[in-house]
Amino acid sequence: MRKLFHFHGGIHPPSNKTQSTQTAITSAPLPTKLTIPFHQHAGETAKPVVKVGDHVLKGQLIGMPDGFVSSAVHASTSGTIAAIDMQLIAHPSGLPNLCATLIPDGKDEWVTLNPVDYRSHSVAELQQLLRMAGVVGLGGAAFPSDVKLRIGKQKIKTLILNGAECEPYITCDDMLMRERAAEIVQGAEILRFMLDADEVLYGVEDNKPEAIAALQQAITASKSAQQNKSHEVIAIPTIYPGGSAKQLIRVLTGLEVPSGKLPTDIGVQCFNVATAYTVHRALAHGEPLLSRVVTITGNVRKAQNYEVLIGVPINELVALSVALSDTNGYIMGGPMMGVPLHAMNAPGPAVQVPVVKATNCVIAASAKLFPPPQPALPCIRCTRCVEVCPADLQPQDLYWFAQSKEFGRAQAFSLFDCIECGACSYVCPSHIPLVQYYRFAKSEIRAREYDKLLADQARERHDYREHRIEREKREKAEKLAAKEKAAQAAKLAAQPLTPQQQTEQAELAARREHIREVAQSAVEHPEG
Amino acid sequence: MFFSPFISKPDSVAQIMLKVILALIPGIALYVWYFGPAILVSITLASITALATEAAMLKLRNRPIGPFLKDNSALLTAWLLALSIPPLAPWWLVVVGTAFAIAIAKQLYGGLGNNPFNPAMVGYAVLIISFPVHMTHWLAPQGLVLAELSFAQQLQYIFSGVLPPSLTLDAISMATPLDTLKTHLHLEESVQQILNMPIYGHLGGQGSEMVALGFLIGGLYLLASRIISWHIPVAYLGSLFIIAAIFHLVDPTHYVAPLFHLFSGAAILGAFFILTDPVSSPTTNKGRLIFAAGAAFLTYMIRVFGGFPDGVAFATLLMNISVPLIVLYTQPKVFGKKGKQS
Repeated sequence: MRKLFHFHGGIHPPSNKTQSTQTAITSAPLPTKLTIPFHQHAGETAKPVVKVGDHVLKGQLIGMPDGFVSSAVHASTSGTIAAIDMQLIAHPSGLPNLCATLIPDGKDEWVTLNPVDYRSHSVAELQQLLRMAGVVGLGGAAFPSDVKLRIGKQKIKTLILNGAECEPYITCDDMLMRERAAEIVQGAEILRFMLDADEVLYGVEDNKPEAIAALQQAITASKSAQQNKSHEVIAIPTIYPGGSAKQLIRVLTGLEVPSGKLPTDIGVQCFNVATAYTVHRALAHGEPLLSRVVTITGNVRKAQNYEVLIGVPINELVALSVALSDTNGYIMGGPMMGVPLHAMNAPGPAVQVPVVKATNCVIAASAKLFPPPQPALPCIRCTRCVEVCPADLQPQDLYWFAQSKEFGRAQAFSLFDCIECGACSYVCPSHIPLVQYYRFAKSEIRAREYDKLLADQARERHDYREHRIEREKREKAEKLAAKEKAAQAAKLAAQPLTPQQQTEQAELAARREHIREVAQSAVEHPEG
Repeated sequence: MFFSPFISKPDSVAQIMLKVILALIPGIALYVWYFGPAILVSITLASITALATEAAMLKLRNRPIGPFLKDNSALLTAWLLALSIPPLAPWWLVVVGTAFAIAIAKQLYGGLGNNPFNPAMVGYAVLIISFPVHMTHWLAPQGLVLAELSFAQQLQYIFSGVLPPSLTLDAISMATPLDTLKTHLHLEESVQQILNMPIYGHLGGQGSEMVALGFLIGGLYLLASRIISWHIPVAYLGSLFIIAAIFHLVDPTHYVAPLFHLFSGAAILGAFFILTDPVSSPTTNKGRLIFAAGAAFLTYMIRVFGGFPDGVAFATLLMNISVPLIVLYTQPKVFGKKGKQS
C-alpha cells in the first residue's frame, strides 16, 4: 500500500454522481447546426483556414494554431461552412468570440486519417502531431497538451493521470475510465514515453471503485504498460478539491508545487485521464479532437453521459435528457466552479452556446437543487473558511482586503495562490460570495498591472523621444561646428606661408621647446 | 444563480450564535438550582434591552433591522453579560450595562463582525468601574447567609430597591469566593484557614464551582460541534493552571491551588464562551494560543495582585487590543510557500 499524503482543508459536499452513472455513454445525434469557436483553449485564438461556403470533411483542419500556446480546431463532421463570425460562447463575460458555423451534410464523412506508431517518431514530431490534432487538457482549463509536454531539460519522475473528478455531479471521467480504460492506459503510456517519466500514477477518488477496477484491469492487460511495470492506480480519499492538480500532486507524492512554479519544476507532470484518451486517439488512430464526453445531469428526467461533437448547441444536448419544467438555468461545469448559463434572453452567456473542448458537464438548475443565495451578513471571522482552504490561505483577511480595495495587502497575503475552488464560500455561515471578491481583486490587480505596463511603455517611449531629439540636436550642432572648422582649415590651407612667416613659426617652436626644458630641469633638480 | 459555487452548507450565523446560547443552558440550570431563579430575571432583562438597543441603533445607522435582530448575536451578548452581573443587581444596572455593550461597544464600531472588543466584557467593565458596590453583592448559595429572600422579595428588590423591613443588603448577600479569598489574605490569614470557611466547596466556591462545571459541559459541546477550536480553551485553562501551580508550589500559604483558579470566577465561562468570541479573537491557531496564554497570565495577575476580585473581563479586553498584532505575526505558511518539501 502506497503512503498517501493529505492537503490542508477540503470539504465534502453531497456528490450527486450516481444519477448519471446508471447508463453507458451514448453518442449524441448530429445536430442541425454546429458552432465551433476558434478559441477553445488557453492561449492564442486559432486562425481560420476555411472560407464561408467551403465544404469540409469530418476532421478537416479549419483553424490553424497561431502562436506558441495555441491549438488546432477541426470540423466535427462533414458539411458546409455557413458563417465565420462572432458568436456567443460559454464565457462568464458573456462576450462573443470568433466561431465557424457548420451545417452538417449528414454523411459524417472523414478526411483521410494518418495513424502513427508513437515509438517510430521523435518527441518533437509527436508534439507537433498533438498540436495539429487540437489536443488540449480536458479537465477544464483546456491548456494545449503539446505545450505541457515541452519540458526542456527537466527530468520528470512522476506522470500523474488525474481521474479524481472531485466536483459533485460530474461523471464524464468516471464513465470514460469504466468504459475506455484500455485506451486511457495506452494514452498514458504515450505521455510517459514523451516525458520519459519513471512512473505513472492514476489518482482516482475512492468513490469510483468501478473505474479503479477497470484501470487496473487495463494496466494488467496492456502489453506496453506491462513492459515497464510503472503504471499504478491509486485510490485517493474523496474530498473536494482533491482533483485540483497541485492538491492531487501533494496527495500522491507528498510534494508541494512551489508558489508561482510549475509541477515540472519538481519533476511531476499531470494530465487528465480524458486527455490521455484523446492523445491515444490522435496518434494511434489519427483522429483529431472532435468530440468529448459530457455529463448532462441535475434537474433532468434522465441524467447521463453523452459523447458529443464539439460545437453542438448545449440546449439541444440538454433536450436529449429532457429538462424538467421548473428548470431555471444551466451550469456549465460543476456546482463548485462552473459557469452559469442563463435561459434565453437573460444577460450573460445563454444556453444556446456550443459545447467546447472544456465542457465536461451541464447541470440543469432549479430553485430546489440550487436555492438562491441567502443575503450576505458581515464576516464574523469564524475561520471556517480557513479550516477548509486547500491553499492554506486566510480567506477572511483576503475578503477584507478585497472589499476595502487594499490590493497590495491582498497580494501580500498570497491572493494569487487562491485556486478559486469555492470551498470557503461553501462553508461561510455569513453566505458571503468570497470567491467573487477574490476574482474581483485579481482582475483589478491584473488591470492595474496592465495599465502600469502601458504607462511604463509610454514613459519609455517619451524618454526615448526626448533623448533622440536631444541627440539629433547635438549631432546637428557638432556637424555644424565640424563643418565650420573644416572651412577655416581649408581657408588657411589655401594661403601658402611667406618665408618670413615660416621663420617666425620656427622661432616660436624653438622658444616653446626651451621653456619646456627649463621647467623640466626645475622639477628634476628643485634645489639647483 | 449568479456565480459559483452554487451550493452551500446549510449553516448560518444565527445558528452558530443559537448553539452558543444553548450551550450556556447547563450552567444556567445549575445556577438556578444553587442560587435561585433571580438570574433568569437578569437574563430576560438583558435580552430585552439588547434587542431593543440593537434595533434602535440599526435604525439610526440605516441598516436593515430584521436580518441583524435574527442573527442572535445581541442575545448572546446579553446572556453573557447577565451571567457576569450579580443576580440581585437593580434592574437599571443590567439595562445600562447591556445598552452600553450593544450601542457603544458593538454598533458604534460597525455592528456584527466589526467590534474589536468583546461587547459583553466592555459592558461588564463599565459597570464594575462605575458601580463597584452594586457589582459585589452576590447571592449566596442556599443556607449560607443570615436571611434568605423569597423570589417575590427578590423581584421587589431588583425592581424597586426595597428590602423587607429589618434586612440589610449585607445580610442577604456575600462577596464572591475569589473576593473573599483576597480580602482574607490581606488580613494575614493563610489559604488553608480561608478555604475552611463554609462558602468554599471542593474546587472553588460552593455552588459556583458546580455552575462552572455546567459551563464546562456546555463548552465541551461547543468543542464537539466544532463551533470553537480547542486552542483558546486549552491554552487559557492550561496556562492559568501552570501559572497558579508555580505560585502555589512556591508558597502554598499565600497562593491558592491551581484548580481553585480554574473553577472560580469566570475562568471556565471565559475560556469557552468569552475569549472564543470569533469577532474579537485571533483568526490564526498560533495566534489563539498566544492570545489565550496572555489572557491567562493577565487574569492571574489581576486576581492575585490587582485591584479587582476577578480578572477575566480586563484580561479579555487587554488581549482584544493585541489581536491585530498577534494575527499579523502568526500568519501560517501558504501552500507552495512552506519552504520545505516532504
